[in-house]
Amino acid sequence: MIEFTLWDIVRNLLLAARWTVVLSLIAFVGGATVGLVLTFMRLSSRRWLQRFTSLYVDLFQGTPLLMQLFLIFFGAAAMGHPISAWWAASIALTLFTSAFLCDIWRGCLEAVAKGQWHAARVLGMNYFQTMRHVILPQALQLSIPPTVGFSVQVIKGTALASIIGFVELTKAGTMLNNATFEPFTIFTLVALFYFALCYPLSCYARHLEKKLYDAGLR
Amino acid sequence: MTLVCVNNVHKAFGDLQVLKGIDLNVAQGEVVAIIGRSGSGKSTLLRCLNQLEQHDSGEITIAEQQLDAGSMSPKELSENVGMVFQSFNLFPHKTVGDNVCLAPVVVRGEARADVEKVAREVLDKVGLADKYDAYPAQLSGGQQQRVAIARALAMRPKVLLCDEVTSALDPELVGEVLRVLEALAAEGMTLILVTHEMGFARDVADRVVFMHQGRIHEEGEPAELFSNPKTPELKQFISAVL
Repeated sequence: MIEFTLWDIVRNLLLAARWTVVLSLIAFVGGATVGLVLTFMRLSSRRWLQRFTSLYVDLFQGTPLLMQLFLIFFGAAAMGHPISAWWAASIALTLFTSAFLCDIWRGCLEAVAKGQWHAARVLGMNYFQTMRHVILPQALQLSIPPTVGFSVQVIKGTALASIIGFVELTKAGTMLNNATFEPFTIFTLVALFYFALCYPLSCYARHLEKKLYDAGLR
Repeated sequence: MTLVCVNNVHKAFGDLQVLKGIDLNVAQGEVVAIIGRSGSGKSTLLRCLNQLEQHDSGEITIAEQQLDAGSMSPKELSENVGMVFQSFNLFPHKTVGDNVCLAPVVVRGEARADVEKVAREVLDKVGLADKYDAYPAQLSGGQQQRVAIARALAMRPKVLLCDEVTSALDPELVGEVLRVLEALAAEGMTLILVTHEMGFARDVADRVVFMHQGRIHEEGEPAELFSNPKTPELKQFISAVL
């Protein structure tokens, strides 16, 4: 039997953490792109687009991420198009992230005071001019702290991809545990790795929130 | 010349009749103060004048152009009517100068340099030339409201609507805003103000309109109206607020 030193464990976790970071980035960039499209669909005056987006958001917010992952991974296979754990995790996390970001961003747009619309309107601005110069810049500023805050949820969400066999931090931890039988050491280290990824983001979100507060926008 | 002509205007919110047939003519250069209890329809009338609310029936004409749903774009409307709100509604993410410059540049497509010159003029007029680069959050309520007035003036409207512009201010800040309005009135600006400042209505307005339950209940010259109210409702209102 191979002996694992602490450094061996840390090194392996570090290597696996790369995939946690990569998967998080894919989920976030993909989720933000789809989420942005959804946000504008939600703002559209077409009723069916509004209905579609709220159904979409409710669906992905109202079911566990794990089920979404299973449905995509096993569903694709059941339909005769098996996909890799990479693809399944990327797609599921993108959809999940987009639903939450759409909802966060819609809230930010609605949080801009109604009086801003009125003021812009009596100054002669049309819908697009008001959006572009008055509402979006303020909503963007409001959206940064909750968006950064949600990215922490995305990072932790990637842990679920381990269940369909995607080797990231959690999966690597499980595999190392199977070889070393030192669950306490290993999962403490895994938790510390997640914390090291998430904590700076949480701090950054708090910092941004304070900055916003100081700017008098809240 | 009659600038604003309101003819038998009705407006309801659901079952609630807020305006029950308003007739009001405002001549160019005239200063009209609208007074009355809350819920009497004053603000709704004002908001109908720039289509923040659409009246149900009757006619509103501004500078000889009829105001119906969609008859004037926001841009065309802004050439005629400016408005200042109770809650200022400055754009918090823009400096004072940018607040004033935004609409002329974006809506009218005027050259930035020209607009900046106008902005400095109107800010000077409201006594805030030195705040050009400040953000709204750095200003007092009175200063913010004066910026809002300057912002409206930069669009050179024919008539300026003021919706309880001093109601959100601390008492010691009311004066500075009223002085700006007084100066505008003296320059010949047409003003329609909904106000709770009876002293101001008496001293500055050419005409005071008392609204009661969705109708114009009594109107006339301020001195006459305040010292010699004809209806018991106005009498009661005056004794309640003075």
